[in-house]
Amino acid sequence: MSQKEQTEKEPLFSPKNIRLLTNPLDDDNPITVLVLGICSALAVTVMLKPAVVMTLSVVCVMGLANLIVSLLRETIPPRIRIIVQLVVIASLVILVDQVLKAFLYDVSRQLSVFVGLIITNCIIMGRLEAFALYNKPWPSFLDGVGNAAGYGIILIIVAFLRELLGSGTVYGYPVIEYLGLYEIGYVDNGFMILPPMALITVGVIIWVQRARNQKLIESN
Amino acid sequence: MKKGNTYIFLYASGMVIIVAAVLSVASILLRPYQERNIETAKRTDILKSVDKARELREAENRFQYIEEEFERYITDSYVINHRGEIQEDVDAFEVNMREEMRKPAEERNLPVFVCTHDDGTLSYIIPLHGRGLWGPLFGYVALEEDFNTIFGIILDHESETPGLGAEISESAFQEQFRGKRIFDEDMEFVSVKVIRAADPPIEGHSVDGISGGTITSQGVEEMLYDVLINYIDYFKERKK
Repeated sequence: MSQKEQTEKEPLFSPKNIRLLTNPLDDDNPITVLVLGICSALAVTVMLKPAVVMTLSVVCVMGLANLIVSLLRETIPPRIRIIVQLVVIASLVILVDQVLKAFLYDVSRQLSVFVGLIITNCIIMGRLEAFALYNKPWPSFLDGVGNAAGYGIILIIVAFLRELLGSGTVYGYPVIEYLGLYEIGYVDNGFMILPPMALITVGVIIWVQRARNQKLIESN
Repeated sequence: MKKGNTYIFLYASGMVIIVAAVLSVASILLRPYQERNIETAKRTDILKSVDKARELREAENRFQYIEEEFERYITDSYVINHRGEIQEDVDAFEVNMREEMRKPAEERNLPVFVCTHDDGTLSYIIPLHGRGLWGPLFGYVALEEDFNTIFGIILDHESETPGLGAEISESAFQEQFRGKRIFDEDMEFVSVKVIRAADPPIEGHSVDGISGGTITSQGVEEMLYDVLINYIDYFKERKK
């Protein structure tokens, strides 16, 4: 690669842009710090597989929605900007839903209404309003992907814990059975399958994160 | 550019037209794949109710595998009405049980799929549709040649509570139905009851319900009764 190409490419992943991508994973995490998008985090985290597909779906929808709205940002009439954002999100969600139905039918049956409910995921609207409307397409795209990944990482951690403790499997593989824990009297905790335990798990994650990252603790 | 009402109006119209076009194209392009999925899922359920399609997980091409198994085992299908008369002009595979169960009993089209096992014995598979706690329940029940003993059952649901009502789709629950009978000794239709631990079991006619999934369990019981009662004239006729 020549020197010139490197200098041209460099700004794409400048430190500022990288931060857009990585901040939402920890310091600005949409679920644990902003506490947005909790509803679907409760619903799709019983098993790991739907959580992973949900994460990928949200990454696609959010990255593209931020990109499209950012490209249109000069033309969108301010008075109908919310409607425009909703139309963009809704169209992308319908596309994702249709693609899942065509190529990942089993998972789409498990996710059922929750793919459709990505439309109402407040993280997406929030990022469009707060970021994409005022920033260039590339940073907006990174911001969308970063926030969706921040949402997804929590989803996957919660789903991993709930599937392991609640059903004794990881991504469908019966780990506990392989380890032979059932024979010495271990019993799956059916409680982990119920939605309230997702909330408690998220709470524990928030606790761990704040214990580790003192910046996040509000000063009264 | 000043953004007056005309601009807003044109912008909104243009946006709607573009979105409509994109979504229509996507829908048309993806429809064949989606229909193939739905059809394969239906065939898989039918095959599973008679304990076939066991190697689905290992199959390289699951569409092809299901199609081959279906061709091999499901040797006949027809539609009857509530008097047990065969309806010539209806395709059993196309009948939507959800819609049939909404019609008055005398107008229902009732599909029957016939499975020929490797040893030459037959099973009769009947589609189910009922109501659980949060949404519809559905599945297939297979009867043996005596039109009385349950050979197997496959149950699924749209939105029952995971860990509670949703357990009906687990094989542990469904295995219980095997060998149960829908007629008692006097040939009266009693169906199969899904009972609570406190209830006394009825020999040959009851299975254990799901703890904490009472309404879903009742839904399964009602679904079996409501669907099978449409077929009893036909079953009695065939048994003679």
